[in-house]
Amino acid sequence: MWHRDSDRFRMFTRRALMLGAGKGVLLTGLAARMYYLQVLESDRYRTLADENRISHRLLPPPRGLITDRFGAQVAVNRQNYHILIVREQSPDVRRTLEILSQIIELGPDTIERVERDVAKRRSFVPVTVRDNLTWDEVARVGVNAPDLPGLIIDAGRSRDYPEGPHLAHTLGYVAAVSEKELNGDPLLELPGFTIGKSGIEKVYDLALRGTAGTSQVEVNALGRVIRELDREEGDSGSTVVMTLDLELQRYANQRLSEQQSASAVVMDIHNGEVLAMSSHPTYDPNAFTTGISHRLWNSLVNNPYAPLSNKAVNGTYAPGSTFKMCVALAGLESGIISPNQKVFCNGHLDLGNSRFHCWKRGGHGWVDMHDSLKHSCDVYYYDISQKIGIDRIAAMANKLGLGDQTGIDLPNERSGLIPTKDWKQVQLGKRWQGGETLIASIGQGYVLATPLQLCTMVARIASGKAVKPHLTRDHVTPDGVTSRQTEEFPDVQINRAHLARVRDGMNGVSNERRGTGYRARIDIKGMELAGKSGTSQVRRITMRERQTTGVLKNEELPWKYRDHALFVAFAPVDNPRYACAVVVEHGGGGSSVAGPIVRDLLTKAQELQSARPGVSAANTQPSAELRSKPPQSEEGEG
Amino acid sequence: MAFSKYRIGEDPDYVPIGRRLLLLNWTLVALITALSGIGFAMLYSAANGSLEPWAQRQMMRFGVGMALMILIAITDIRIWLRLAYLSYFVALVLLVGVEIKGDIGMGAQRWINLGFFQLQPSELMKISLVLALARYFQGLTIEDSGRITLLIPPLLMVLAPAALVLRQPDLGTALLLIAGGGVIFWLAGVRMWKFGLILGTALAAIPIGWQFLRDYQKNRVLTFLNPENDPLGAGYHITQSKIALGSGGLFGKGFMLGSQSHLNFLPEKQTDFIFTMLGEEFGLVGGLALLFLYALVITYGYVIALRCHNQFGRMVAIGVTSTFFLYVFINIAMVMGLIPVVGVPLPLVSYGGTVMMTILVSFGLLMSVSIHRDIRISRQGNDDGRQ
Repeated sequence: MWHRDSDRFRMFTRRALMLGAGKGVLLTGLAARMYYLQVLESDRYRTLADENRISHRLLPPPRGLITDRFGAQVAVNRQNYHILIVREQSPDVRRTLEILSQIIELGPDTIERVERDVAKRRSFVPVTVRDNLTWDEVARVGVNAPDLPGLIIDAGRSRDYPEGPHLAHTLGYVAAVSEKELNGDPLLELPGFTIGKSGIEKVYDLALRGTAGTSQVEVNALGRVIRELDREEGDSGSTVVMTLDLELQRYANQRLSEQQSASAVVMDIHNGEVLAMSSHPTYDPNAFTTGISHRLWNSLVNNPYAPLSNKAVNGTYAPGSTFKMCVALAGLESGIISPNQKVFCNGHLDLGNSRFHCWKRGGHGWVDMHDSLKHSCDVYYYDISQKIGIDRIAAMANKLGLGDQTGIDLPNERSGLIPTKDWKQVQLGKRWQGGETLIASIGQGYVLATPLQLCTMVARIASGKAVKPHLTRDHVTPDGVTSRQTEEFPDVQINRAHLARVRDGMNGVSNERRGTGYRARIDIKGMELAGKSGTSQVRRITMRERQTTGVLKNEELPWKYRDHALFVAFAPVDNPRYACAVVVEHGGGGSSVAGPIVRDLLTKAQELQSARPGVSAANTQPSAELRSKPPQSEEGEG
Repeated sequence: MAFSKYRIGEDPDYVPIGRRLLLLNWTLVALITALSGIGFAMLYSAANGSLEPWAQRQMMRFGVGMALMILIAITDIRIWLRLAYLSYFVALVLLVGVEIKGDIGMGAQRWINLGFFQLQPSELMKISLVLALARYFQGLTIEDSGRITLLIPPLLMVLAPAALVLRQPDLGTALLLIAGGGVIFWLAGVRMWKFGLILGTALAAIPIGWQFLRDYQKNRVLTFLNPENDPLGAGYHITQSKIALGSGGLFGKGFMLGSQSHLNFLPEKQTDFIFTMLGEEFGLVGGLALLFLYALVITYGYVIALRCHNQFGRMVAIGVTSTFFLYVFINIAMVMGLIPVVGVPLPLVSYGGTVMMTILVSFGLLMSVSIHRDIRISRQGNDDGRQ
C-alpha cells in the first residue's frame, strides 16, 4: 500500500514542480512587463501623465490704452465686477440667491437661469450670477458675505471710453468676438474677451491686444484646479497716442451738433496729423463693450442720419466748387491756361444743344483765375475745362489726393471717384461726353470725394507736399511703437508759382470783399483763413423748373433734396499750418452753413496752438507770399 | 463522535497546542503581515494621507483575520479533512441561495448579510472547492486518477459552482474556481491529453459562450484587444493605469505623490488598481519588491506542500497557494494591460474585507498543513494508515 502512495507522491512532486516552474515563468513575465512599462516606455508615459495633470490657461493681457495727443486717456480698462456662485460652497443655492436678490437687483429670470446653469456644471465650477456691479453693490454684497455662502465677487476688465460719444467714430469700440472672427487664436476663445470692431480699436487691434500670459495649473481628472504650478504674465497692449486734440475735437462736435448730419476734419498740413475728425450724429461706444441691446442697435441702424457711419471717411459727396482749385491747377500745369487769361461770363455757356448755367444769373462779366475762385464763377470753369480735358483734370485731382484712399488708419475708408474717359468706357461702357467735362469741372456729376480727401487736397495745396493724413502720433505695429519723427512727405510735384496763384484765389474768397466766403473770414490779424466754398446739388434741376417756378430755394425742398454745404480752407494765410474741411449734408449754402464752422474750427485750432506754446511745434516754413487785396464784398454762393 | 479519537494519549499523531504554536510558520506570518502592511500604507496614500476611510478598517479586518488564521492553523488537519465535503455542500447551497435571491430581488447580489459581516458564498467556495477536491483525490490511487468515470464527480464539483458564479455574473471568480480546480486535477496526476481535450473543447465553446456574456463583459474583452479604440470609455481604466505605471519610472514619484492616483485619473485606486498606485509612487523597484514578497509566499507554500506527508495536505497546500498566485497574477497582469479587466483584487493589499478573510483563512489551512505535516492519512480518510 505504501509503495502505491509513494507513486502518488512522486507524481505529485513532479507535477507540483512543473506547476511551480510555470508560475515562475508567469511571474517573470510580469516583471518583464513592468520593466517594459516603467523603464523602456517611461518617458512616453511621463509625458502622458503630465498632459493629464497639467493644464495651460491663458491670462488675457490688459488692452493698451488710447490717449489724445496730449496724453488724455480716451480709452481705458475699467474694473468690471461680476458675482459668481459655486454650488459646492453653498448649502442651498436657491436660498442664497433669494437673499442676494434682496441686497442687489437681479434680473427677473436670474435665479432660474443660475439654478439651471449650476445643475449643468460640476459642483466646483463658478457660474455667473450678474455682470457689471456698481461699486456700491459690491460693497453691499461684501458686507452681507456671511449670509451668502458660495458667492464670489470677481473683478474683470472691460473697455471704457470716458469721452463717450465725442470720439466714437475715430476710436471705434470693442465687443465680444463673433463666430466669424475666430481664427484659431485661443485668446479669442476666452469667455468675455473683446476685440476692436471699428475705428482705431480695429485698425490697431493686434498692437492694443498685447500678448497673453499663461498659467500652468495642475488639474484633477474632473478638471478641478488643484494648484498653480507656474505663471507667466503677458504683456499689456501698446499705448496708442492719437493725433487728435481732445479740446478741438470736443469743440468740433459741439459745432456740428447744431446740424442734422455733418462731418469735419482739421489737419496739420505739415505732418498730416489729424487734429479733429468729427461726424454728426454720433453714438456712445460704451454701449457696445458689454453687449448692446437689440433696441438700441436697431435705433442706431435705422436712424436716417447714420450715426454709426464716420462721414469724414465713409461719406462721399460731389465736391462742388471746392473742386475748382483742382481744375485751375490742371489748367496752369498743362500750360494751356495762364492766370491772367480772362473769360467772359454771361450767366451760361452753350454746348451743343445743352445750356450750362452759372450759379449767378446774368453772369460775372470778364473773369480771370483769381476772380473765378473768388466769385466761384462756373462759366470760367466750363470754358477752361473744355480746353484742358477731363483726363488732365483727373490727373491733377489724383495728385491732390482725390479719387483714391488717403490711407488714413481707419477701416473702410472710401476712395471717392474721379472720372476719366477710360473709366467711363470701362465702367459704364459709354463714351465720355463733352458736357460731362463741364459738369465735372464744377465738382458735380460723377465726381465724388470724402471730407478727409478734401482736407488733404487743401493741405497739399497749402504745403506743396504730398501730405497723407493719419491718426496716430507714432507708427503702431503689433511688434511695438516707432516714431514718425523722421518722416518727410515728398513734394506734391506741382509748380510752386501755380500753387501760389491758386492760394491767392482762395485768399480772395474769404478775405476780399464780395468774395463768396467773406462772411466766413477770420477777422484776427495773423490768423486769416483762405478757403473755398462749395454747394453741391443732389438733384437735377430741370429746364421746366428753371422756366416756371425758377430754381427752388433749399428751404422749399425736403431735407434729403437740399444741397450739400461744403467749405474747405487753410490758415493762417501767410504761413499755412492747418487745413480744414466741413461738409454739412443737405445743409444748403456752402459759405453760409459750412463756412462759419470752418472759420470757428480754424480759429480754435490757432488759439489752442498759442495757448499751448511749445507743444508739438511743427516745422513751419513760410511757403507763400500772398498779396492782400483790399477786401471787397459780394454776397453769393459757389 | 469521531473527534473523540484524537484525545490525549490515544492519538499517536496528537500535537499539543503549545507545540503547534511553536510549529506555526512564523516567517510566513511575517511575510503576510509585511504584505498587508504595504497594503495599509497604500490605502493611507490613496486617502491622501489619512487612515480614513480605508486603512484603519483594513487593519481591523487584518487583526480579526489574523486571529482566525491562527485558529485554523492550530486546528488538526484531519478535522478539515472531515469538514471538507460539508463546507463544500454549505457553500454550494449558499451559492444557489444568492442565485435564487438574486432572481427574486433586484439583479446581481453576491453576498449574504450576516449583520457584522457580508458573506460572499463565492469566496467561501474558493476554499471549500480546494478542500473537497483534495479530499476526493486523497481517496484515489494514481491508477484511479486515470479512470474517466472517477473523474466525472470532481469535474461536476468544479463546474457546478463555476456555472452558478458565472450566472451572477462574476467572470473573475468563475475563472479562479476553474483554474483552482484544474490545479488539483493536475496534481492528482490526471493525464495531460485530458487537459488538452478539455482546453480544446473550451476554446471551441468560446463562440457559443460569447453569446452568454453580458455586454459589459464583452466590452472588457474587446477593450483589452484594442484599448486605444475607446480611450475615454471602457479603455480609459487600462490606459490611465499604464500611464500611471510608466510615469512612475524606476524609482517612482514618491509616497503620496502619484499624480495619476491623487488627481483621480486612476480609477479604483484603493481596490483593483492599487498595484498601479504602488508602481506609480515607488516605481519599478517598489513593484519588483512586492512581486518578490509574493514569490516568497508562494515558494513557502510549495515548501510546505512538499514537506507534508499526507496527500490531502499536499493538495490543500498547493491548491490554496495556487489560488493565491492566480489572484496576484490576474490582478497585476490586468493593471498592466496584459489580460482583460476582470474584477480580481490584489490579495492582502487591495481594500476589501471579504478577500482579506478568504486569503487569511486559506493561509490558515496552509499553516495547518505545515503544523500537521507528519500526520499520515490513509486513502479512506483515516489516520491508521501505518497498520
